[in-house]
Amino acid sequence: MFEASELIPLLPEMIVLTMACVILIVDLYISDQRRGIIQILSLATLIFAALATLRVHDGESIIETQRLLSGTFVRDQMGDVLKLFVYLVMGMVFVYAKTYLRDRNLYKGEFFVLCLFGTLGMMVMISAGSMLSLYLGLELLALSTYALVAMDRNNPMASESAMKYFVLGALASGMLLYGMSMIYGATGSLDLLAIQASVADAADSVVLAFGLTFIVVGLAFKFGAVPFHMWVPDVYQGSPTAVTLFISSAPKLAAFALAIRLLSDGLIGQLQNWQLMLVLLSVASLAIGNVVAIAQTNIKRMLAYSTVSHVGFIFLGILAGTEAGFEAAMFYAIVYSMMSVGAFAVVIVVSRAGFEAENLEDYKGLAQRSPWLALMMMMILASLAGFPPFVGFFAKLQVVKAAVEADLVWLAVVSVVFAVIGAFYYLRVIKLMYMDEPDTPEPVTTGSDVGAVLSANGLVQLALGIFPGPLIALCAAAFQG
Amino acid sequence: MIGLNHFLVLGAVMFCISVAGIFLNRKNVLILLMAIELMLLAVNMNFVAFSRFLGNTDGQVFVFFILTVAAAEAAIGLAILVVLFRNRETINVEELDSLKG
Repeated sequence: MFEASELIPLLPEMIVLTMACVILIVDLYISDQRRGIIQILSLATLIFAALATLRVHDGESIIETQRLLSGTFVRDQMGDVLKLFVYLVMGMVFVYAKTYLRDRNLYKGEFFVLCLFGTLGMMVMISAGSMLSLYLGLELLALSTYALVAMDRNNPMASESAMKYFVLGALASGMLLYGMSMIYGATGSLDLLAIQASVADAADSVVLAFGLTFIVVGLAFKFGAVPFHMWVPDVYQGSPTAVTLFISSAPKLAAFALAIRLLSDGLIGQLQNWQLMLVLLSVASLAIGNVVAIAQTNIKRMLAYSTVSHVGFIFLGILAGTEAGFEAAMFYAIVYSMMSVGAFAVVIVVSRAGFEAENLEDYKGLAQRSPWLALMMMMILASLAGFPPFVGFFAKLQVVKAAVEADLVWLAVVSVVFAVIGAFYYLRVIKLMYMDEPDTPEPVTTGSDVGAVLSANGLVQLALGIFPGPLIALCAAAFQG
Repeated sequence: MIGLNHFLVLGAVMFCISVAGIFLNRKNVLILLMAIELMLLAVNMNFVAFSRFLGNTDGQVFVFFILTVAAAEAAIGLAILVVLFRNRETINVEELDSLKG
């Protein structure tokens, strides 16, 4: 039975939805000079949503899992932690994107409205308790991102990448849905808990295995895992960097939640079957991602292939199929989204009106032009590469440990080998920044807000690397009980 | 007597046609959009058939949502197509190759 009190845990979603609609209307009545109001409203939305998410905690450190609205909406510890990080990353996106959008005449309300609707989609996905809400959240996120990529209407590259993204994204959704229809046929339910129960009974069902395969393919598409990664580099390169910032960061958290909801909540009884598929995807992503990234001269494309390789690491944690593995993968996804947003923020800062700092040569001698910016970029890249004492090292250590505990020692060895190969292309950028002479001596300038957030973003890589305890504890609490 | 398997085979055939349409078509982006619609319809066929033979209406509810999302998806797809045509003056799949590497 439906009760009004069931709506209280949905407060964050309602705030984001209402504010996205309000901002859409307010934007109509605002002149171009006062567009900053929209940015402030969007940031305020995220803060209020964060407060609403925290408020329902009521001071308890771990909230009880609640299933609301006939089980379509789940409120649990994992969901709350992931949502808080989604707000954080989206806030950083809004701050970083401002100057880039303004210089390119894209500073319009649409960017913020679409990003907020995308955030709402991610929140629904993170809290989904049935395949129906999972699908709706996924589509809300996907449709917002397609529109965002095409937002720069006069840019032929952006529209081409939007079309590629749209077709492959729709294909992925279709695969996922086909898998969902098979799972529904095999278990007779859309509810993930009911599916978990009936999967445990049905030992070997062909329909179930068929559905599982399609679900894993759809998931791999959404994550961008090899061999379903062809859209990632094209979309990262083609879209405006402010949009790349968005696509590369927060949706990874939502994709992680999608994987956990489907594979862990729903289909954990089929662990044997999906583990093997994820092993293949993980090895292929680690290999192709790291090796092909070396050949790139465009930094956005290089970071895209780096995403592919990091997806391999996230899968490494998930495929262990244990609580420790999920915790490690969650830690990795959170850390990765923050590293990625930082790396693209530097790309944004180095770019200026009429100039995109897309090529690796554009970073030559950055340490002489702006020592602080180069230092931040170095910390983020070192963290992406996984050097201690940065947090990326702990993220890699944990997933590798989870893989070893799941008796997949060979996989752990393979992942470490490819991580070492991958360190090359991060080091190359650091070498360009510190050891080469710049083409122009002029310093790179940033606004104080961007500078402050970027500094925090870079320093947090070091701080979390030295004190990873609190974040590890948060992730561990998400999978207890 | 038409049973569940007949519907599932029909769904699978429609799904295969749409996937083939996406990967084999090298000429026109519009056909890609049609193939995507067909893929969603194949899924709907599966859901309705399962729903009917399981005696459970959840699947039919899902179909309504898929139909709505498919409409939104078509709207965005066509909007992107219009932007693409304005910028490139072509919707030939083979000519959309400026991004590579």
